[in-house]
Amino acid sequence: MALSGIQIFKLTPKKNCKECGCPTCMAFSMKVAQGAMKIEQCPHMSDEAIASLSEATAPPMKTIKIGAGSEEFSLGGETVMFRHEKTYVSKTRYAVNLCTCMDEAAVDAKLAEIPKVDYERIGERMYVELVNVKCAEGADAAAYTALVQKAAGLGRTMILECSDPEIAKAALEVCKDSKPVLNGANPSNYEAMNAVATAAGVVLGVTGADLNERYDTVAALEKLGNKNLVIDVTGADVKETFANAVLVRRAAIKDQDRTFGYPSIVNLVALAKGDLHLQAALASLFTMKYGSIIVMEQLTYAEALPLYGLRQNVFTDPQKPMKVETGIYPINGADENSIVLTTVDFALTYFVASGEMERSGVPINLVISDAGGLSVLTSWAAGKFSGTTISKYIIENVEPKVKCRKLVIPGKVAVLKGDLEAKLPGWEIIVGPREAVQLVKFLKDLQ
Amino acid sequence: MPFNQKPQKFNAKINTVTIGTGDKTVTLGGNSTFPFYTFDAPTVNTPKVGVEISDLGLEALPEGAKAYYEGCTTMADIAKKAAAMEGADFVALVLEGGDPNGEDKPVEDLIAVVKEVADAVDCPLVVEGCKNVEKDSTLLAKVAEALQGRNVVVMSEKEENYKAVGAAAGLAYNQIVGAESAVDINLAKQLNVVTTQLGINAQNIVMNVGTACAGYGYEYVVSTMDRIKGAALGQNDNMLQMPIITPVASETWGVKEASASEADMPEWGPQDERGIDMEVMTAAADLASGSDAVILRHPQSVAAVSKMIKALA
Ligand code: SF4
Repeated sequence: MALSGIQIFKLTPKKNCKECGCPTCMAFSMKVAQGAMKIEQCPHMSDEAIASLSEATAPPMKTIKIGAGSEEFSLGGETVMFRHEKTYVSKTRYAVNLCTCMDEAAVDAKLAEIPKVDYERIGERMYVELVNVKCAEGADAAAYTALVQKAAGLGRTMILECSDPEIAKAALEVCKDSKPVLNGANPSNYEAMNAVATAAGVVLGVTGADLNERYDTVAALEKLGNKNLVIDVTGADVKETFANAVLVRRAAIKDQDRTFGYPSIVNLVALAKGDLHLQAALASLFTMKYGSIIVMEQLTYAEALPLYGLRQNVFTDPQKPMKVETGIYPINGADENSIVLTTVDFALTYFVASGEMERSGVPINLVISDAGGLSVLTSWAAGKFSGTTISKYIIENVEPKVKCRKLVIPGKVAVLKGDLEAKLPGWEIIVGPREAVQLVKFLKDLQ
Repeated sequence: MPFNQKPQKFNAKINTVTIGTGDKTVTLGGNSTFPFYTFDAPTVNTPKVGVEISDLGLEALPEGAKAYYEGCTTMADIAKKAAAMEGADFVALVLEGGDPNGEDKPVEDLIAVVKEVADAVDCPLVVEGCKNVEKDSTLLAKVAEALQGRNVVVMSEKEENYKAVGAAAGLAYNQIVGAESAVDINLAKQLNVVTTQLGINAQNIVMNVGTACAGYGYEYVVSTMDRIKGAALGQNDNMLQMPIITPVASETWGVKEASASEADMPEWGPQDERGIDMEVMTAAADLASGSDAVILRHPQSVAAVSKMIKALA
């Protein structure tokens, strides 16, 4: 949290010696508060003052890194409760669950199913990033380690859900280099679990019977010097878990209570085992409200398509619209003889328009040029979607590839028709509908 | 040192709006917390789930939903079956056949459907227009008239036709007005302001603040609703305290993730499952952001979403 100039001033030596380049300590403090200067620029600041300042200016929620190499992910580091205030920084990550309680065939089926989901959406690879490996009650170290080893074969970052320090230690022996999370510290085992996690250099997950137990355990672990933690907020039921997820995040961000300033784990298998549609609903809920890692029973295309789309939307910069790549997008099996439609690169416009075009069944070459990621009217008003920009893109990129010389422009920029006819000799310019919903009828009528 | 849990108290609350008559009513709103924040204050009225039916019948429905309605031959049959769905709180009739760019059914035919549905069920009703603002001006006014005394929600009142629709529904026939705006807090507020200026009581207005399918610009929906709830509760803005009804199905079933057949996209797996999850996840996100009611199509979505609501209450 940002400190005020007055709060910083209280920590300065109040010498007014000007060595920092400011006329007074107060002036210096105001600059530090604005972020224009660094506290170290005063040579007379005591170590304690610097330490207490860096503590006070530390982000309210830690950024925790899990996994290794290309499978490394940052969790947490959030600064706001709502995305319109500032961008959420660390995407929710999803894990599919494996358990020693599953028979071999079931485990093999899951391991075969997980890699099937792997696709790209607006420049982002979508796949099951994490695997949760649960050590069920009664399983021994050999059985658990065997399962962990098998799961490790997928090459995905793992969460070891295990509260027995000895078993955890054995399992980490075979996988610690991939930097899994060890999830299972609680009030009765945290010292031993802490030793195992720190020895292996992995993040430790903290759980407990209620929020107080989690709070005290995190505080105790911090006292032992471990701040490489996540908090498993999964409670006895859905209601308690949702309360935990919100309260932990809110305590950290709104109330500056740094003991809860860690990312969270929500385990839907524990809450709704066997009810896949309820898990789907909850995965969405906890993506919206404060789950850093969500563990699910399955993540096939049915779950992934909506969930990853939702995540991609929620974790965007509210100031910066999502853009799609410029290019020619063939729809409904379009070829070089298919009609050309153009619109802007604003992702929302692209998705809505291309969806309607797909519904029409008409083969179309959808041409997207750089319009600054703005909507049709906004980019037109800003001069980024004009007769000049469109014709330039068509001549340079479309004419060499497409033979058809019919171009449909959005109805909202019908005024561009004359200009485009002048700039694109040989092309027939057709004014399309104003709204995407009218596209299906328009395209069918056009045929 | 135990965790010091600080509740977030608001002195304002969302308006309470009751739909329907007799002992079969549902009440939306009344809460003074962010959605499902029962740890701040108990939830007064949990969000509700409506089942969408269309004057175009069953043809456009996904397979699983079609199977549920098997044997239904009339709109009355369909309405009864919808009302009986597990988890359903109300029925939402969409008059999409009125669209001049589609079937362009005459208003009288649509009113006949409205009456048939209303006579078949005694549950609370919500009626949506055909998306065409001119047609809706006359159509929805007639709907309001035809359903006088049923205390229904007449949705699809927009900036372009609020005078015709709002006056008929809210003033002449005493229905609840569903004010529809396009994913922007200022537009939502503006429509509520002009609607109340017609003389309609703010307590008789619900909002559809616009919606999207998850993955399709959904961030605007999240932030619009987050900000509306923030202003309604935090700033006691009484022009944003109307409960929110969000039609979900009409957004989610048309996107390619839900509509592509398994034959076209074999790796995506069964179409029905994709459609259900798209509907369920979008609805759950809407509810997390502040919808006081969602309108869904598939019986399994209705069951799952109402189960989630009960689990959170
Ligand atoms: S250098 Fe330090 S002590 Fe000197 S004026 Fe600047 S802030 Fe004050």
